[in-house]
Amino acid sequence: MSDHFVIEGARVVDPAAGTDAIRDVVVSGGLITGTEAAEGAEKIDGRGLILAPGLVDLHTHLREPGFEHKETIQTGTRAAALGGYTAIAAMANTDPVTDHAAIVHAVRDLAAAAGLCDVFPVGAITKGSAGESLAEMGEMVAAGVRVFSDDGNSVPNARILRNALTYAKAFPVEVVLADHAEDAALADGGHMHEGAHSYALGLAGRPAEAEEIAVARDLAIARATGGRLHLCHLSTARAVDAVRRAKSEGVRVTAEVTPHHLTFTDADLVTYDTNLKMHPPVRTAEDRDALRAGLADGTIDAVATDHAPHAVEEKEAEFDLSPPGTIGLETALAVVLTELVRPGLIPLARAVEAMSVAPARILGATEHGGPIELGRPANLVLFDPEESWTVDAPFASKARNSAFLGRTLTGRVRATVLHGAFTVAGGKPTR
Amino acid sequence: MNEHLLSMHDLSAGDVTRILDTAASFREVGTRVIKKVPALRGRTVVNLFLENSTRTRISFELAAKRLSADVINFSAGGSSVAKGESMKDTALTLQAMGADAIVIRHASSGSPLQLTRWVDAHVINAGDGTHEHPTQGLLDLYTMRERLGHLEGLRVAIVGDVLHSRVARSLSLGLVKMGAEVTLVGPPTLIPPDAPGWGVGVSYDIDGVVPKLDVCYVLRVQKERQRLEYFPSVREYARLFGLTRERAALLPGHALIMHPGPMNRGVEIASDVADLPESVIEEQVTNGIAIRMALLYLLLGGAGTEGSS
Repeated sequence: MSDHFVIEGARVVDPAAGTDAIRDVVVSGGLITGTEAAEGAEKIDGRGLILAPGLVDLHTHLREPGFEHKETIQTGTRAAALGGYTAIAAMANTDPVTDHAAIVHAVRDLAAAAGLCDVFPVGAITKGSAGESLAEMGEMVAAGVRVFSDDGNSVPNARILRNALTYAKAFPVEVVLADHAEDAALADGGHMHEGAHSYALGLAGRPAEAEEIAVARDLAIARATGGRLHLCHLSTARAVDAVRRAKSEGVRVTAEVTPHHLTFTDADLVTYDTNLKMHPPVRTAEDRDALRAGLADGTIDAVATDHAPHAVEEKEAEFDLSPPGTIGLETALAVVLTELVRPGLIPLARAVEAMSVAPARILGATEHGGPIELGRPANLVLFDPEESWTVDAPFASKARNSAFLGRTLTGRVRATVLHGAFTVAGGKPTR
Repeated sequence: MNEHLLSMHDLSAGDVTRILDTAASFREVGTRVIKKVPALRGRTVVNLFLENSTRTRISFELAAKRLSADVINFSAGGSSVAKGESMKDTALTLQAMGADAIVIRHASSGSPLQLTRWVDAHVINAGDGTHEHPTQGLLDLYTMRERLGHLEGLRVAIVGDVLHSRVARSLSLGLVKMGAEVTLVGPPTLIPPDAPGWGVGVSYDIDGVVPKLDVCYVLRVQKERQRLEYFPSVREYARLFGLTRERAALLPGHALIMHPGPMNRGVEIASDVADLPESVIEEQVTNGIAIRMALLYLLLGGAGTEGSS
């Protein structure tokens, strides 16, 4: 396709500019060059569609290096593009762990070669994500890392987290420490939310207080150090309350929630569907509703996928033996539109803000998240808010462990534009 | 009845009565010199024991053999599972070999339900993780009904590690279904917090409960759970919750003492209590064969009829 085109007649939803209007957007040479149809530009019919800044995911597991049987950077970024993403943060729990600059460069180079999505490697907070000693954060910051996380595990040692948040203040750019907040002593060995359903199913539980305790600890440390904390995939009502209170007190904290925590409850696990096994687990309807309310009022800043691909045979195992996680990149936008926007729980502009503007800001991805204005990099998503489809394999992802398999969703990506080039066109990846 | 027996939830009260009545007729077979009927001749029953349990496997094996079925024993130690084969591949292998029924024992909760997605055979849950053990529950119901004449209104205490007990789950679901009054007794760390939601009572005071019982059902203490600090020591457990001789003396004269076996004598049950005439622990074992015969017979449709799958 041409690198000079105009998307005509789409409803442009651009929270960074405060825009929600039908207008034309012209792209040329990788940049947005205007709103007036220009001579010689390829015309793309956007009527009835929504044009928004490309989506940004704070929480993707690309699995490469080390776990290429689950996902590769190529397949994972193709899934991202198909889901409307133009930037994703790649979690550090690879093998080797992304705890030094060489891996950061390797991941970014592989992503650049694939050319499907900008990838921002997340650095590990501790060496090997082992929770014992600090990784060389300064070297990774110099290599462009802005978010650090030992995701998969909570930083187990409060002193290490305290030192990391303090140490990170030395850097010339803002560095965010993202924690998977679950108290291991309570959560380890558990496979689902602890409650009536876990007892009935005979599955060991991961109690809500495992998250409440870890969130309280992390917030106390962020408050004391003045460090910049991000809380991954909140799952409990009380954690949302704690973040709301901390924000009102000026603690420098942001938070994310996943599409699956916004959708499912522990009652959905009665079929022992391993695709619904995740850490932290999906919880009660009250928790889910509190997460939705937290996203609506801005307590929770961003929707993040926690895209966690696993091989078919790994997920077709016994529930307690299967690894946790669901893929999410290809369904996230449709889930948010279906579960939150269509029922009127949040306006469309808030959805775009939470899936693009806010995560771009947290990630330091300055070329993403809009605004869709003259001279800005053309990172865009064009989607049909009315198209219904049923989630089914195959996916662009190498994996197919989607918690949403078989569900009918409304809203589908038609095109994704990365630096002015189509990574998805006509609803299909271009490469 | 459903196509499978995965949980007590699969059975109505009418189903339970039918199974117990059928078991009563098979009970007689076990008293004959030639303990065999031709009901399942030509049918294949696979005992898929991915967790070791000699007692339950032997019981199912005898039940199937007394019905003249062909029996294959597939256990974790001697199979491809030990070499890393997945449960799904194992299931597909058994499917390809034409199993009519698969009896599965597995340390993972929910594995029998997963198995039904991969095979056409009837699946019987012979104990899955900390979830359920419905054939044990049924043989316990059978034993209570046979000894005491009825199930409705029976006052039954289930004593011990209810939290991790698949036996307690299946038995309490079955008892509630049949109109019995169930009290769960044990250290609070081992009683599920939502137990009242099952329609049962909870007590931490065994001495207050025992004098009012028709049945005192004692669970095996899972010694490996001790490490997790659910209670301080086996010694303290025996003192606070064990069925000692003194406590057994508080039971009404007609009351039964039951245990799913294998027992830890001197821990959850005093050795001489286990040997009292009120103890029906060996009868439970005998009745287990009849219950499993009844289930295989009812699920496989008996002799001369085609299986429903």
